[in-house]
Amino acid sequence: MKRGLPIAIIVLTVALIAMATIQPKQLSPARSPDGAVRSLFAQVKARDYAGAFSYVANAGDTTEQAFAQDLAGRDGGLRTYSSLQAADTKILHATDDEALVRATLEYATAVGAFYNTRDLKVVKQGDRWKVVWPVTKQANVPPQVIQENYLRWDVITRGARDDWGAQNVEAPRVRIISMNAIPQGNNTIIVGEVENEDTVPGFVSVGATLVGASGKVLGSETSFDKISHTLLPKEISPFRIDFPKVRLATVNSVRMTPNSLLVPASADPVIGVLHQRVEVDSRGRHVLRGELLNESGEIVNIPHVLATYYDKSGKVIWVSDGYVDQALLPATPVPFAVDLRDDLAPQVQSYRVTVNQYMLNAKD
Amino acid sequence: MTHNPGAALIIGLVASCLCLGASASELHVPASVTAGSGLSISASGSGTATLYVIGPGTAIKRKVELGQAIQLSADDLQNAGRYVVSLAGDSATFFVTAGPVHAIAFLARPSRVPVDTPNVISGTAFVFDKYRNLVLEPQTVKFELSANGQTVSHSQMTKDGIAYTKLDSSKKEGVAQFVASSGPASVRRVVQEVASDPCSIRMNAAPNQQGILLRTDPIRDCAGNLVPDGTIVTFTATDSEGKSTVDARIRQGIAQAELPASNNATISVASGVVVGNEIQWRGDR
Repeated sequence: MKRGLPIAIIVLTVALIAMATIQPKQLSPARSPDGAVRSLFAQVKARDYAGAFSYVANAGDTTEQAFAQDLAGRDGGLRTYSSLQAADTKILHATDDEALVRATLEYATAVGAFYNTRDLKVVKQGDRWKVVWPVTKQANVPPQVIQENYLRWDVITRGARDDWGAQNVEAPRVRIISMNAIPQGNNTIIVGEVENEDTVPGFVSVGATLVGASGKVLGSETSFDKISHTLLPKEISPFRIDFPKVRLATVNSVRMTPNSLLVPASADPVIGVLHQRVEVDSRGRHVLRGELLNESGEIVNIPHVLATYYDKSGKVIWVSDGYVDQALLPATPVPFAVDLRDDLAPQVQSYRVTVNQYMLNAKD
Repeated sequence: MTHNPGAALIIGLVASCLCLGASASELHVPASVTAGSGLSISASGSGTATLYVIGPGTAIKRKVELGQAIQLSADDLQNAGRYVVSLAGDSATFFVTAGPVHAIAFLARPSRVPVDTPNVISGTAFVFDKYRNLVLEPQTVKFELSANGQTVSHSQMTKDGIAYTKLDSSKKEGVAQFVASSGPASVRRVVQEVASDPCSIRMNAAPNQQGILLRTDPIRDCAGNLVPDGTIVTFTATDSEGKSTVDARIRQGIAQAELPASNNATISVASGVVVGNEIQWRGDR
């Protein structure tokens, strides 16, 4: 009896280690439609794309590599810097051998949480359910030469050897052309637009200070990434500054501080925003959709969409933004969608979309 | 570092009264000398004494022989201003004045100006001698603004070492050379004269393989200058599929963009607050 317990513990330990290290070669088949979707994304979360591919019904329509690129990203896009955190599933409708399952995916990315909703068709093959993966055929740009006449601004700044009278080149003139303070629950949101009125590019940021009764400062914030920081001549960017837990009713005045720096910049790339329209998505929320078209010859790795909404008097009533998790290849449209507050949607008379971009091999 | 010539003088005078072995002396110094030139001081009497010289940024203490000429070198008298000499109970003052103009500090503002604007460029010149003393004697400073082969010249006399002018920007855009000169000294600054907002925008549309090719006529300001490269021009097409926009950059006065094909679109163009013509697009025209 004295020897029995240690031996039992050793045997149990060996068994547990063996269970932990030896993985089954065959993944367990899905016995339900949402189980198939959950299993697929569980493998994606573990970055086992081969395992995830075993849950795909239409494996003949795509390749494992294309499937993996669809989920893991490519070309230095935002999704290549992300990892799947959670996947919630909901059966929208189901029959004995077919179902439609909504998967709400949450990715952790370099710019914060990123949400993606996919409605996936699931079919029964024999006794197991498999996902019909929507095949996205990415148009290949035919080999060609795209002529670029790069327009750049370089700056010679004042040097240490210059005499004290030598002036530096001045920062560009920027002006806030509209500003509006709006409430959102217990928060105060400052939205507006800033224009580079000068003939040189500028790195622009906007700060705001809320002042309450008797001149007490309620808070100071900046637009952070809710703005296009690099503004070319005559370019207008929206901005949004959020003040959490500051009620608009307590605000007496707002002090705005636009800042600008003269920076070297390039006028490329040009990104077209096509077919913009406000729609109601499958969840019943208002979204502004469209496509982005990279009209230059270089890949834009991380596009950032900023949308400005105006009421019938032309006043800015909301600014929303969203990152696109796909890189923009030359001459290849990529869809985008940004949220629009449902309570403001009826007031929206017009809107304007601008695109901020980050390039891995940017020259500036 | 701060100087207190009054306190130094008192200390010097007290010290000079304490010197021994010297008979009474009488100092002879010129009323003024030019910075960087030496000075000879004659003092009567006999024996040795301690010489004190106190001036702006200068304090000299030296044993000297009375009855002989005392030399102060050019290096001793570089800074302009009032100097006090004290020797064996006697003291005298003299002034060091700035030498001829050797350098100019030139402030030209701003670095960029719109064309055809009166009194928009300011130039301020400070004239200095070889030892960075401000030359207080009136001097002539010539301001020259050269742009596009045309030169505007304006001369001003300095007052207390400073000359100031205001000049108009020229009618044509370009890089203007702004020069201030006085005697052998000359300093150049660069002022960029830039075009103003577009006066009007006119675009044309034509079908191409990708859709609609939009191209503006050369965009000029109201003085006829091409609007600077890189200025944003926004083309907008609205049809049944929604609104499509492209923020194109002006290159050599012209902006162009491609918008998707459409059978019935309203196309507009704008830059900043200036709106151009509108085109009703019907498929191929």
